[in-house]
This record gives sequence, C-alpha cells and structure tokens, in this order.
Amino acid sequence: MFKILNREFNAYFTSPVGYIFLGFTLILSGWFFSSMNLFYQSADMYGFFSNLQIIFIFLVPLLTMRLIAEDRRTKVDQLLLTSPLSITEIVLGKFLAAFSLFLVAMAVMCFYPLIINIYGKVNFEVFISMLIGFVLLGAALISVGLFISSLTESQITSAIVSFVIMLVFWLSEWLASVIGVKFISKAILWFSVIYRYKEFTIGVLDFSTLIFYISFTALFLFFTIQSIDNKRWN
Amino acid sequence: MIEFTDVTKEYGQKKAVNNISFKINKGEIIGLLGPNGAGKSTTMNILTGYIAPTYGTVTVNGYSMINEPQKARKAIGYLPENPPLYMEMTVIDYLKFVYDIKGCTEPKDTHIDEIMKLVKIKDVEKRLIKNLSKGYKQRIGLAGAMIGNPEILILDEPTVGLDPQQITEIRDIIKKLGRERTVIVSSHILSEISEICQRIIIINKGQIIANSSIANIKQNIAQAQDNTVVAEFIGDREQIVFMLKNIEGVEKIKISKNGQYTLIITEDIREKLFHECVKNNITILTMYIKQLTLEEIFLQLTTNERNETNV
Repeated sequence: MFKILNREFNAYFTSPVGYIFLGFTLILSGWFFSSMNLFYQSADMYGFFSNLQIIFIFLVPLLTMRLIAEDRRTKVDQLLLTSPLSITEIVLGKFLAAFSLFLVAMAVMCFYPLIINIYGKVNFEVFISMLIGFVLLGAALISVGLFISSLTESQITSAIVSFVIMLVFWLSEWLASVIGVKFISKAILWFSVIYRYKEFTIGVLDFSTLIFYISFTALFLFFTIQSIDNKRWN
Repeated sequence: MIEFTDVTKEYGQKKAVNNISFKINKGEIIGLLGPNGAGKSTTMNILTGYIAPTYGTVTVNGYSMINEPQKARKAIGYLPENPPLYMEMTVIDYLKFVYDIKGCTEPKDTHIDEIMKLVKIKDVEKRLIKNLSKGYKQRIGLAGAMIGNPEILILDEPTVGLDPQQITEIRDIIKKLGRERTVIVSSHILSEISEICQRIIIINKGQIIANSSIANIKQNIAQAQDNTVVAEFIGDREQIVFMLKNIEGVEKIKISKNGQYTLIITEDIREKLFHECVKNNITILTMYIKQLTLEEIFLQLTTNERNETNV
C-alpha cells in the first residue's frame, strides 16, 4: 500500500497536477486570508474556510481524476492487478496519496491563525474544530472522486462527474429548500458532506458527525474496490 | 503447475473463451497460438488473474486464482500485449517500483541490475520511459515481468511491433529464460512460436483446436493430408471432372477459384490419372500429393472458409 502511495504522490509532481493544486490552493487561500481576515482585521476564520470549500469543489476532482481512470486507459492496471497486491491495498494507496497532498495544503493553513495571533486573539478551539472538519470533508470528497475515477477510462469525464456531484453537495441546502418535501429535504441534508461541515464551524466536535465522515469515506472506498473488482468479473 | 479447467469468459452474448481446459507442467515452454481475436489475450488475462472467468477454475501451483489470487500471482510474471509502463518514470525507478509491489526478497540493486543487463536496458536506466523506442519499452516490460524471478513467465505477443533485429533479440532472451522457467508465449505467427516452444496450444474463436507438440500436430495433419492430390490441367472443365469421377480411388473433387483441383483419394491414383489424361488428350500441368507447411497447418486449423467448390 505504501509503495502505491509513494508512487502516486511522486506522480503528482512529475505532472503539472500537484503544482496546480498546491499553487491554486496557496494563492487563493492567501487571497481569502488577506481580504477576509487581514483587511477586515477579523480573527473569525469561518468565511475563510467557507470560501475554501468552493475552491476544493474544483480542485479535488483535479486531484482524483487520473488516479484509476488513467491506469485503466493506459492498461497500467494490468501491472497492479496482476501483482500480489490486493485491490484494497491499491485503492487505499491511491486514496492516501491524494489525501496526503491535500494534507500538505492543509498544513499551510495552520500558519494563518498564527499570523492573526501576532496582532489579535484567535479562538484556537474553533479553528482546530474547523480544521479537523475540513480534513474530514477533504477525505470524503477525495473518496467520491476516487470512486468516480474507477468508473471511467477518461480523466475528463471523471473530473466533470466528480465536480457535478460535489456541486450538488454544495448546493444541498438550496436543493433541500426547493424540493420542499420534508423527508427528502432531510435526507439530502443528512447525506451532504458539505452541509454537515457547518457543525464544525461552531466549534462542536460531535462524535456522530465524526463517525458520519469516516463512514462516508469508508463507504466510497468500498464502492471503489467493488467497482474495480466488478470490472474483473464483467 | 497451471491448470485451466472448463474456463469460459462471456462478454454479454459473446464468448471470448469457450469452455477451454489445459494443463502446463513445470519447465515447459508453451506457445499460445491463434489469429487476432481468437481469445489468446483473454486466456492470458484470466491466467494472470487480471480478469476473472465467467465459469471454470484456474489454479497456479495449487492455488486458485479466484480464491487465493495473491498466492497464485506470486508465481507469475506477466508481460501484456502493451507493456504496462508508467511513462513519466525513469527505467530504474519503474523497475524498483515493480520490485516493491511484488514484495521480492532478492537483493534489490543486484537483482534489478542483473535483469537490466540480461534484457539490455542498462544503458537507458536513468532515462524517462516515455522518451524510449518501442523496442526498449518492450524490453522494460519484459524486465518488469522477470523481477522477483517468477517461476512462470506469461508473455503476450512479446515481439509485436518490433523490427527484425529487435524480434531476434527478444526471441533469444525468451529462449534463455525458458531454460529455467515455465514460459507461456502467445503469438499469431506460427514460425515464431515453433522456434521457441516445445508445445503449442492453438486457439480459434475461443476454443482450443490443437494442443500438442509441433511435430505431433504436423504429423497428424500430414496423415490426414496423405489422401490429398493437387492437380492442374488444361482442357474442358466438364471433361476433366467426368474423367476424374471415373477414376477408381477418387472420393471427392474440389475445384478452387484459380482452377486447381484437390482430389480426396482412397489410394494413390497418380499413375492412373496420368494415363487417363493421355487417353482423353488433357494436358496435365501439376500433380502432387499435398504436403502442408507449418503456416498452412495453422491456416487449415483456424480458417473455416475456403475458396473451393465441391463437385
């Protein structure tokens, strides 16, 4: 598993993908931080993370689009699937590679509250809660992107479909209000990883929400494993 | 060592492989032969566990490829038709990655170095794979298959797209490898297989149509063909057919589009045929008992359609 992680992580930097992801994340997060926190002299990072969500709806599909689709198109999956590695190890390795790059970007975010702290007072408990929530949200979105990548041979299709699904998650609150049927609206909001992130922004680390994110990620990783295995049988 | 039992692979309504069975023993060099689309690659993909059969079982060293795939795959080194290479990696990094995912126990650097020398890619070890020629890519794929010294090497059309010199080099490497390992090579070129392999399995339309040594297959076909005389005449076609039908020992007459007569005989009729032609004033241009070449045997086995008319 770690060999796959290592290779896939390095592969982000032998193509423009890793640089684009980190570059855009750093530039845009820096801009959000300057315009929302420094400019308004605010220590509240809710707006910062909310805007970052929108950026990741675009950037996560970029991160996951080639992970399995490209292997299938170039038939490199023949090397992996005929090696003694299990499909679970392959999928986890690829997931962790994307997640590691996401964590690198997140690590940079940790400097922002330290900068604010020089001039003002940051509520670190709320910040840590938001950061943990954002990391879990990232893992969930990456698992969805990875699953979509396992369904196609085209990176572009994978990226577009992942983006649309993530957009639906982002619009879930609006969708729930438009549908109007209470049961369906409730189900949409319950399932939306982006809507449920709100709980972290008030500094609440609810155990059931943590379990929800971990289960959501695990479920999509399971779907990815099944998707690859099904292709062997069909 | 390898048991392929009643294996069928269905893609919707189409059967890519239809109920095929064979055994391969340790140390054999087997040629999997068949025209394009016959089911060779599907067979190899099932054998390596890349795809699962719809029905049937595959065991490698006693391990089921379906129930214990990781143990079964440990014994196999696979070079698919298109070598599975990460183009953005250097040759050495790629081989190290393959070494790692195979969980090899040999000393890493020495082992990889030996293989690179054997397949002659040492001079390009630090170059990006995407910048190398097709011949080099094929050899890198072969090196990847050899890493970990697997007991079984499965090579799917290893010489496709190579120039004649590269083909000779790859063949020599396969011959060398076959001294110590079980090797299964697929090809649609019989002469290539006959040079390397001890036994051939001919597949056509997803079914095995021959499974024996080359000498045996040739002998069997030759025996069947001893009763065939090929002849060419100058003369009226109806008169020739009438004459042939009246020769004792001629069982069946087939006429090809180019005017060649193939006679299925129960006894040697050549002398009688000669005298009859003289008597009927028909000029005989050619007359011989048919001896099939290896390529003709292959075509005979794999081609159902013929440009011949039965009379």
